[in-house]
Amino acid sequence: MASFAPSVSIDDPRTTLGDDGILPPARDGGDDRPDDGSRNFAARLRRARLGMSVAVAGIVMIFVSFTSAYIVRQGLPTLDPRTDTLVHDWIPVRLPALLLVNTCVLLISSLTMALARRQVAGEAALAHAASIPEVSAGHGQKISWLAVTVVLGLSFLALQWMAWRELAASGFYVATSPSSSFVYLLTGMHGVHLLGGVVALLVAGAASLLQRPVTSRFVILDVTGWYWHFMALLWIYILCLLEFAR
Amino acid sequence: MATREFAAHESHAHAAPQGFLRKWVFSLDHKVIGLQYYFLALTAVFVGMFLSLLMRIHLIWPNVSLPLFGDIKPETYLSLLTMHGTIMVFFVLTTAPQGGFGNYFLPIQIGAADMAFPVLNMLSFWITLVGYIVMLAAFFVVGGAPLHGWTGYPPLSALPSAGPGEGLGADLWVISIALFCIGALMSALNFITTTLDMRVKGMSMMRLPLTCWAWFITAILGLLAFGVLFSAGILLLLDRNVGTSFFVPLVTVNGQLTGHKGGSPLLWQHLFWFFGHPEVYIAILPAMGLCSQLVSVFSRKPIFGYKAMVYAMLSIGLLGFMVWGHHMFMSGMSPYSAFAFSIMTMAIGVPSAIKTFNWLGTLWGGRIRFASPMLFAIGFVSLFVSGGISGPFLAQPTLDIPLHDTYFVTGHFHLIMGVASIFGIFAATYYWFPKMFGRMMDESLARWHFWFTFVGTYAIFMPMHYLGMAGHPRRYSQLTELNYLHELMPLQKFITYAAFVTIAGQFIFLFNLFWSMKAGKKASDNPWEATTLEWTTATPPPHDNFGGHTPVVYNGPYEYSVPGAPQDYVMQTDPTIVAAH
Repeated sequence: MASFAPSVSIDDPRTTLGDDGILPPARDGGDDRPDDGSRNFAARLRRARLGMSVAVAGIVMIFVSFTSAYIVRQGLPTLDPRTDTLVHDWIPVRLPALLLVNTCVLLISSLTMALARRQVAGEAALAHAASIPEVSAGHGQKISWLAVTVVLGLSFLALQWMAWRELAASGFYVATSPSSSFVYLLTGMHGVHLLGGVVALLVAGAASLLQRPVTSRFVILDVTGWYWHFMALLWIYILCLLEFAR
Repeated sequence: MATREFAAHESHAHAAPQGFLRKWVFSLDHKVIGLQYYFLALTAVFVGMFLSLLMRIHLIWPNVSLPLFGDIKPETYLSLLTMHGTIMVFFVLTTAPQGGFGNYFLPIQIGAADMAFPVLNMLSFWITLVGYIVMLAAFFVVGGAPLHGWTGYPPLSALPSAGPGEGLGADLWVISIALFCIGALMSALNFITTTLDMRVKGMSMMRLPLTCWAWFITAILGLLAFGVLFSAGILLLLDRNVGTSFFVPLVTVNGQLTGHKGGSPLLWQHLFWFFGHPEVYIAILPAMGLCSQLVSVFSRKPIFGYKAMVYAMLSIGLLGFMVWGHHMFMSGMSPYSAFAFSIMTMAIGVPSAIKTFNWLGTLWGGRIRFASPMLFAIGFVSLFVSGGISGPFLAQPTLDIPLHDTYFVTGHFHLIMGVASIFGIFAATYYWFPKMFGRMMDESLARWHFWFTFVGTYAIFMPMHYLGMAGHPRRYSQLTELNYLHELMPLQKFITYAAFVTIAGQFIFLFNLFWSMKAGKKASDNPWEATTLEWTTATPPPHDNFGGHTPVVYNGPYEYSVPGAPQDYVMQTDPTIVAAH
């Protein structure tokens, strides 16, 4: 029942938009329940990817506003009541060196994420062949790249926590200086968003354990993959902002 | 047992959910979610209206003690004002036209079975509902509701010690707004994906009904604007609770330093209005789309300048992001920036005028049917013009500076953003009620309701322009001691009496709504003889909207009075007559 028909490729021309006068997009009834076959796999994948790119645009706006607040706040002087002069209260924060390790962890996780996606794509392709009795699909012990990515993602978050501890130990608390407020704010918001990605991966993992169709898992992994790479890029952007515009 | 039931569902992907909870409460069906949004907005609008009534009573009888609130102190008045504005802007004007009617009719009008992500859609509604409950909870905490207005300017909004409502009440306010932003972002994502991806065969973008275009553009605005408000809300929460200084400068409250320094209240204003101005269009665009639809349906004519309408809405949306500074002319901004914002703002007059002339052009020479939806659509055009015309006044810094903090602005934005889009909501209710509930609303009650509301709102908000020009400041609870304002008291009284009458008229609507659900005349599938897809399906539409078949679209949405056609309208799905273009 849950077979993946290889004839339905991801960019199936039959599922292009109605504009071209070709067949309409596939429909899946009123419910969002796990799909029971490949009938509308391509349509679901395309829809999920579109939804993810729209979501990324929304998240970008959140960080754009933080960035503009960062730049504006950095340039603002404040009155020193003792001397009655305008002074700058922006104390540049020396970022913990640990953040470089964190960056490496996140970049590696981006790589394993790509491998995880490829792995599930392979499983999806083999799922059909494996249903033919003569074909053995070679189920050897393999590394689950999905699990590796989850572990790396959680390690990144734990390491961020340690970096925060280090920052606090050096005297920079959230409210110490607007600069440190922004360090916690930007890294924290990034962490929350990354945690959302981890949850999505766990959902994909649970779908695997519950023997859900491999196509459902592929859709989740595919769009989470996009999201994950976006998170890596966003992290590099945040790091550059905090390091080079401090 | 439970597993077996679930499996049974799986094999019938189209089966409607059984049981009250799945069907009406945690529903994934866009139609039910649309109704949930609609009724959320309906309760919110009556709360908001009640608050405005209390304010109007207090303004002319300052010593009368009011129901539920007792004696009105200046800060009580401010909290009424804040909650009225916030509830109306977010939970009515943003919720009903987009979340309510958009959810219900966007998928049907493009021929889809549901929104692109039904689970996300359900979550959007529930997050919005939680936001609404958190907002109302602000009335019932120590200190009461916040005082900082719907715009929440710091330092007032950022300092718990700044006033009685600025403690927990203001925290709840910010949290509610942040929740609302999350719900609105998720909903915007859903609308955009649905419009781009779920159209049926033949439904090209340029065959979309203008309602769908409006919802689509509104969703884009929401996607780009609500994230900014969300960010600002997070910063404000940190300032309030963690001691950061994003928005709070060095200030003293009651002679005490607050511990904040160096923050910029203007930073909040920029972030807020970068959201706030697009928000105006988020409230009004769906009404514009709807009125374009109705003017065409009830004039039995194709819409005048379909593409011009689409491009006008797109350019209104684009320009909407470039004019936020016109809310801040009072903030001491550089005259050069003010000049740029001023020019951009007046430029919005161009697409707005294009839309207005196209509405009039559609009406011109039409065989107009004055049914209740049409009355409200024409009322919308009227209010859009009268409210909009004071826009170019306020767009000029030299005029805005004396007028900004007066009733002139109150009159302006209530006419254009408030009442005009409420007229859109009413028009939509009268127009789509037969499709949603299978019965017609009572037409003579609807007419009474229209005239009460139309005359009433003009009677309330037009005099406010005169109050403003006479220099009456807004937001104050009581200024009766000032001589020059004393002379304006008759006008204030007139406004309050007009408000009584108008509010009484709204109960006609409420009665009509619920009475017609039970006892209205049975509606046919296409009572207005309109062409769009929602009128091709059963009334009310089945769970999957088209009862298992997929419509195919052959025509544009406004094929009325086509020469040679057997009727004066050609359905979008009618393959026999393909209108020549």
